[in-house]
Amino acid sequence: MLRDVAAIGAAMLAVGASFGAVAVAAGLPAWATLAMSAIVYAGGAQFMAVGLIAAGSPFAAVLAGLLLNARHLPFGLTLGGSLGSQRWRRLLGSHLMTDEATAFALAQPAGDPRRRAFWLAGVLLFLAWNAGTLLGVLAGGAVGDPTVLGLDAAFPAGLIALLLPVLRDRDTRWVALTGAGLAVVTTPVLPAGLPVLLALGALALLLVRGRRRPPPGDDGLTPDPGTRQDEPTPVLRAGEASC
Amino acid sequence: MLIAVILALAVGTYGFRAVGVLLHDRLDLPEWSRRLLPIGAAALLAALAATAALTEAAGFAGWARPAGVLVGLVLAWRRAPFVLVVVAAAGATALLRLLGLP
Repeated sequence: MLRDVAAIGAAMLAVGASFGAVAVAAGLPAWATLAMSAIVYAGGAQFMAVGLIAAGSPFAAVLAGLLLNARHLPFGLTLGGSLGSQRWRRLLGSHLMTDEATAFALAQPAGDPRRRAFWLAGVLLFLAWNAGTLLGVLAGGAVGDPTVLGLDAAFPAGLIALLLPVLRDRDTRWVALTGAGLAVVTTPVLPAGLPVLLALGALALLLVRGRRRPPPGDDGLTPDPGTRQDEPTPVLRAGEASC
Repeated sequence: MLIAVILALAVGTYGFRAVGVLLHDRLDLPEWSRRLLPIGAAALLAALAATAALTEAAGFAGWARPAGVLVGLVLAWRRAPFVLVVVAAAGATALLRLLGLP
């Protein structure tokens, strides 16, 4: 678990460094760059905001960033008590809630394991992102482009790996795949953030299908994560069997 | 101005995060809707993964990234360790870019 979080943490350190370097290069003062990583703490919104601030549209930076982050509300609703029972844990934990921390937590069974996973991922990733930002601010242009290291592929791959077990449930799989498809198809035409929120609309599938529930464990061995609906099933069954 | 932008973003983002968590206690949700929540979260994460894998600034991300993510996906399917999934996805993408694929 620690090793898994550390892998994503290393990627976040590097992307955080690139954020620091990009923000400073775009003319943001060092204090503002560091403050953003510490108190906004949302990578996508930060990159977007720096771009829009540099382009002279601060109002758009706020709107676009908030639209992008609206997905955290349903995340919080789902995680809820998994942050801990004390109030300070809920309030502090809320700030540490990122896509990755949410994915690590939801990959664990509810209760203590989920709470531990959330806090481990939450704290480590927060430290990694902010340490990375500091490195980027200090190193400036000396920080390389993270795409050279393929880090832009690391995050979706990590999310998919964390999601796979959940997708064994048939209803979840259909809703998640449909939602992912909706988001990808609408990305070219909708403002950033909306396509991902639109994925929630796929929950309507469950209403259309009515109360007809498959028996537990039915067809549970062919999870199909997100992007590749045309994956040849037999190969994957072989993969399952090899375990 | 800059400080106002950062504060607005910070307060708004924290608001989304905390409101969800705090509402979880306050709302007395019926059982069927409690079941929808984790499914909705999985849909959001799947949508994030799919858009992050395939798109960049509302356009296609190029071939190297989806190819790398596909390598990670196959490894995850075969229950490879998580670290290997992440490193292989990044490595494959980096290698393809080195070979000149966009």
